[in-house]
Amino acid sequence: MTDSQVIEAANKALAEEFELEIERMTPDARFREDLDLDSLDAVDMVIVLEKTFQIKIGRDPAILEIRTVGDMHAYIITKKRELEQAR
Amino acid sequence: MNHRVAVTGFGIISSLGASVDTVAKALYEGRSGITVDAERLDRGFICPLTGRIQDFAPRHPLSKKQRKTMPDFAEWAAEAVFHALEEAGLAPEDLRNERTGIIFGCDSSCIAALEQVEKLARTGSTTGIGSGQVFRTMTSCVSMNLNVIFGTQGACWSISGACASGGHAVGQAADLIRLGRQDRVICGGAQEINWQSMCSFDGLRAFSSRFDEPETASRPFDAGRDGLVPSGGAAALMLERYDLAKKRGAKIHAELLGYGFSSDGDSISIPNSAGIGRAMRESMSQAGLSRSDITYVCAHATSTPVGDAMEATNLLDIFGDRGVPVSSTKSMTGHELWMSGAAQVVYTGLMARHGFIAANKNFEQGDALSSRLDIVRKTLETPPGVALCNSAGFGGTNSCLALDFTPR
Repeated sequence: MTDSQVIEAANKALAEEFELEIERMTPDARFREDLDLDSLDAVDMVIVLEKTFQIKIGRDPAILEIRTVGDMHAYIITKKRELEQAR
Repeated sequence: MNHRVAVTGFGIISSLGASVDTVAKALYEGRSGITVDAERLDRGFICPLTGRIQDFAPRHPLSKKQRKTMPDFAEWAAEAVFHALEEAGLAPEDLRNERTGIIFGCDSSCIAALEQVEKLARTGSTTGIGSGQVFRTMTSCVSMNLNVIFGTQGACWSISGACASGGHAVGQAADLIRLGRQDRVICGGAQEINWQSMCSFDGLRAFSSRFDEPETASRPFDAGRDGLVPSGGAAALMLERYDLAKKRGAKIHAELLGYGFSSDGDSISIPNSAGIGRAMRESMSQAGLSRSDITYVCAHATSTPVGDAMEATNLLDIFGDRGVPVSSTKSMTGHELWMSGAAQVVYTGLMARHGFIAANKNFEQGDALSSRLDIVRKTLETPPGVALCNSAGFGGTNSCLALDFTPR
């Protein structure tokens, strides 16, 4: 999976989960302030990303640092790379 | 000073239909909402009968985020409230204040509790359960979600009083207005419909075994009754301080004159010969009504042998032989449990609107007690006038609401 494929899949999954227009999923969009997502949505975001990318996020403290859509892309890309290297 | 209480709007999603008009038509025609759920037999149920919500297509769809925290019956309740608000002519901004509250009757949210355990088992992590589940599992799921959807800022809680939950919710809502503590209260009752929430109840052999003819299974007061049929849905009412409703030019559908409550202090499952009668007397006393003022009783009667006999005993004690027309809408809807006490007020209100009293379907032969009651066998072409709505529940909790459906 290329980085752009990851970005596309993540945006699609989250736009669907949170009923957002996909155009709003720009890298600098802030989840809380711009997309109006709250701490409950963050719980479901983890579940959606785990399912979409077949990864385990669980209680990874790094997830708490995610503020923007771009942060989320970077997190998933890193996570996927770690997974591939471990294989 | 005690304030008067007006009913300015009704909303209902029931086994008889998903709008006040379809439900009114079904009540008038005596149409049953009872169906067979074959899966229940496969799962070891004695009775596969149940009410069912069909053709639920909300005119006010909720967002995915809103639905995450709501079981299906909370969605039914939200739609019923939207309908009641439309009838009342109230806009969302009219509700966004501390003088407006929400009180709903609800005593379970079974599926959600099961789902969270299944999700934990499947994912092996509590973070895999999802954000909405905790809110779906609580018995206050209805009132908390409605509060968020409608933006009310006053009372916000649910009443768990078994099968009298809906009646108590309407009664307490009226009390808050009467005491001047709220100007408007959205109230009602909601009841889930699924086999999971009914399996242990089925095991008590409390349900009808007449499943060859589902529409005749629920036969309150009939000598051949053999148990209730579980059902559900959501009923909503808009209650307002009478003078304020008048001032804003609202159409007043009824005046809620009295709310009586009592408990048997006796058996956990079997009602006694005095409990509901005390609630009825208290309700009439608060309303300043004598028994001759009551022109209709919408009975609790669920079609169980003992329960109906006890209500008949209480009715005879107060009204004497053939003292007042009586019918149980559960003959068509089945027993709507937590919702029923509120639903009966909506049903009686719809009868008043269309000028009839619904029949107690399937009443063919009275027993020693019920043959002394004035059971409405066929739809009467007269409105209910001043009515009592009874409800009673496990643990011996009773509610009686007195309403004048001809307000001036």
